[in-house]
Amino acid sequence: MLEIRNLHVKIADEDKVILNGLNLKVAKGEVAAIMGPNGSGKSTLSYVIAGKPDYEVTDGEVLLDGVNILEMAPDERAAAGLFLAFQYPMEIPGVATMTFLKAAMNAQRKQRGEAELTTPDFIKRVNKAADLLGIPKDMLRRPLNVGFSGGEKKRMEILQMTLLEPKMSIMDETDSGLDIDALKIVAEGVNARRDPEHAFLVITHYQRLLDYIKPDTVHVMSRGQIVKTGGAELALELEANGYRDYQSAA
Amino acid sequence: MPAVQETIDQVKAIDVSEYKYGFITDVEMEKPAKGLTEDTVRYISARKNEPAWMLEWRLDAFRRWKTMTEPSWARVHYPEIDFQDIYYYAAPKMNGAPKSLDEVDPAILDAYKKLGIPLREQEILAGVEPQNRVAVDAVFDSVSVVTTFRAELAKAGVIFCSISDALQEHPELVRKYIGTVVPVTDNYYATLNSAVFTDGSFVYIPKGVRCPMELSTYFRINEKNTGQFERTLIIAEEGSYVSYLEGCTAPQRDENQLHAAVVELITMDDAEIKYSTVQNWYPGDANGKGGIYNFVTKRGDCRGKNSKISWTQVETGSAITWKYPSCILRGDGSRGEFYSIAVSNGMQQVDSGTKMIHLGKNTTSRIISKGISAGRSQNTYRGLVSAHRKATNARNFTNCDSLLIGNQCGAHTVPYIESKTSTATFEHEATTSKISEDQLFYCMQRGLSAEDATALIVNGFVKDVLQQLPMEFAVEAQKLISISLEGSVG
Ligand SMILES: Nc1ncnc2c1ncn2[C@@H]1O[C@H](COP(=O)(O)OP(=O)(O)OP(=O)(O)O)[C@@H](O)[C@H]1O
Ligand SMILES: [Mg+2]
Repeated sequence: MLEIRNLHVKIADEDKVILNGLNLKVAKGEVAAIMGPNGSGKSTLSYVIAGKPDYEVTDGEVLLDGVNILEMAPDERAAAGLFLAFQYPMEIPGVATMTFLKAAMNAQRKQRGEAELTTPDFIKRVNKAADLLGIPKDMLRRPLNVGFSGGEKKRMEILQMTLLEPKMSIMDETDSGLDIDALKIVAEGVNARRDPEHAFLVITHYQRLLDYIKPDTVHVMSRGQIVKTGGAELALELEANGYRDYQSAA
Repeated sequence: MPAVQETIDQVKAIDVSEYKYGFITDVEMEKPAKGLTEDTVRYISARKNEPAWMLEWRLDAFRRWKTMTEPSWARVHYPEIDFQDIYYYAAPKMNGAPKSLDEVDPAILDAYKKLGIPLREQEILAGVEPQNRVAVDAVFDSVSVVTTFRAELAKAGVIFCSISDALQEHPELVRKYIGTVVPVTDNYYATLNSAVFTDGSFVYIPKGVRCPMELSTYFRINEKNTGQFERTLIIAEEGSYVSYLEGCTAPQRDENQLHAAVVELITMDDAEIKYSTVQNWYPGDANGKGGIYNFVTKRGDCRGKNSKISWTQVETGSAITWKYPSCILRGDGSRGEFYSIAVSNGMQQVDSGTKMIHLGKNTTSRIISKGISAGRSQNTYRGLVSAHRKATNARNFTNCDSLLIGNQCGAHTVPYIESKTSTATFEHEATTSKISEDQLFYCMQRGLSAEDATALIVNGFVKDVLQQLPMEFAVEAQKLISISLEGSVG
């Protein structure tokens, strides 16, 4: 589903290199986890996959279903089925969450040449997903993420992920800031969509999340590279020993 | 990356190509020589066959104007205007005033058609519910070419005509009220307007009458190097109501053009005037070449008890806007409202706001201003709320929000508050926010294009004010705002 080959990335307008020949494959139906020390480039990787303008790709490719997406605009990538749950979701003042959700869903449908959702259909979908995630209705009337608590923002990301039905979801530290109940709800949200057609790339610092979302693969990232790949047991080993064995590997 | 780069390039290339009303209409015009002297004033007055007192009034204004200097306190910059290099009167050649639309030059009718303003009553009647009808006064450069539905309005006792016609048909009414809200000496441009005003609308709503339809005036500047000096006067007698809308456009030209209007509103006891403006004068090109200088004095006088004046404006055009629609809350219990959306892009400069002058007891006012700056534009809100010694229990609520798009524009808020009574309650809220790259990226990650994301955020920002516009214009205004901001993302 997602294949990254020899990716080199630097900050646009600066010489600072962040990703340094990174290789990564996430197959259809796979749940892959990335763990790694602060500043190793995990968020940068997710941003570059999604097309954030602050970064410059100096070499390498990012393929989604075999298509290089690096030349595509962020909204085109989204319509192609890519979703990023942000580590720090943005506040959008003045725009009711409902309005935003509808605009986003219809924009993607339009890009894919599908008909717009009718209002009743839209409301039905939102209510169902919000109920599952324990998001109260009045929150949907508030401007998106404005004044939401850290955990509420994260839930809102998962609500959007659920509604937009992406093929490839990247979750950047979605578990940070979530209480135990919310963590379980989020994990259920992912597990419910776990099937041969969907893939997930879960960035996290904590084994705890991986207790609920059992990863097929765990990658260790350090200094802009994937330095080790293993199964679920690798996360447990990291939990015990930290990153010291990998710090100098890159 | 590529898409955002593309939008950045669009900002750099932002051009008047987005201005949809820039066409020029070819009609034979009658104009005296350029320049301003007493003779110019006499010419205009004679051309309109005005009563002698009107000419005297104009000449008096002209003499005062010569002793005045242009104000410089606004946050706007422009080269000195050469008042001798302007035509002060330009009218389509006709044999006397047109008696019906058939006598109006078809090119002019065509121009209004292109602007989406139907002037033939039959066309307006077709398919429009009576309550949704709009009567139009169409002012083309210096003259009103037609006013629709006059006869139907007259049945309700409503007078709606050009100010030139009013001077012929109801001179006593004009004489009684003109200059009583904006005195001849008020300010440089108002005094200039008093000397050389050419046309505009006149509205009189008799006692107890609720005007049966929306009234509107559509101003079009067409002729090159010509100033437009419009004068509008609206009087709402006791217990009456009227909703009035003005729209403005001009061709795309390299030279700056001056539009210096005066609008006076008067409400008697329990009367209400709702005045809405959708201003879309040509804004100039990417480098600030050309565009209209919109120097306007608009003021309402709530003369009667419990009367109400509300100004709603959507300002998207003009190279420079200098405009402060104000309310004098003279009658006890009267109310003033100001709702404004001011959009600036490219090199536009906006200095706009309002004055709420509380004179009577228990007077209230409300100001909601939304400024949106993009490109390299500068957008200033300037407002004054004052309470006189006798204005006990005066209340004002002000909310001024600014939204910035990009890094090269500016937003400024200059609120003045003066209170001479301890019983007044004035509240003021102000916010400045910015549409950041990060917000745009976030929206785009969810599938919205940069333009759609901007439009969504801007719509959220202005919706409180858009709701104040008459329904049929709100949609129009919303479109206009997105068009004005096209290519502003980056
Ligand atoms: N726009 C930027 N400008 C300058 N430096 C940046 C920028 N974005 C990222 N960096 C730097 O790149 C490095 C990688 O950052 P990134 O956010 O990708 O790390 P991370 O692995 O997600 O860390 P964490 O676990 O703390 O979230 C850091 O040193 C960070 O300071
Ligand atoms: Mg991170």
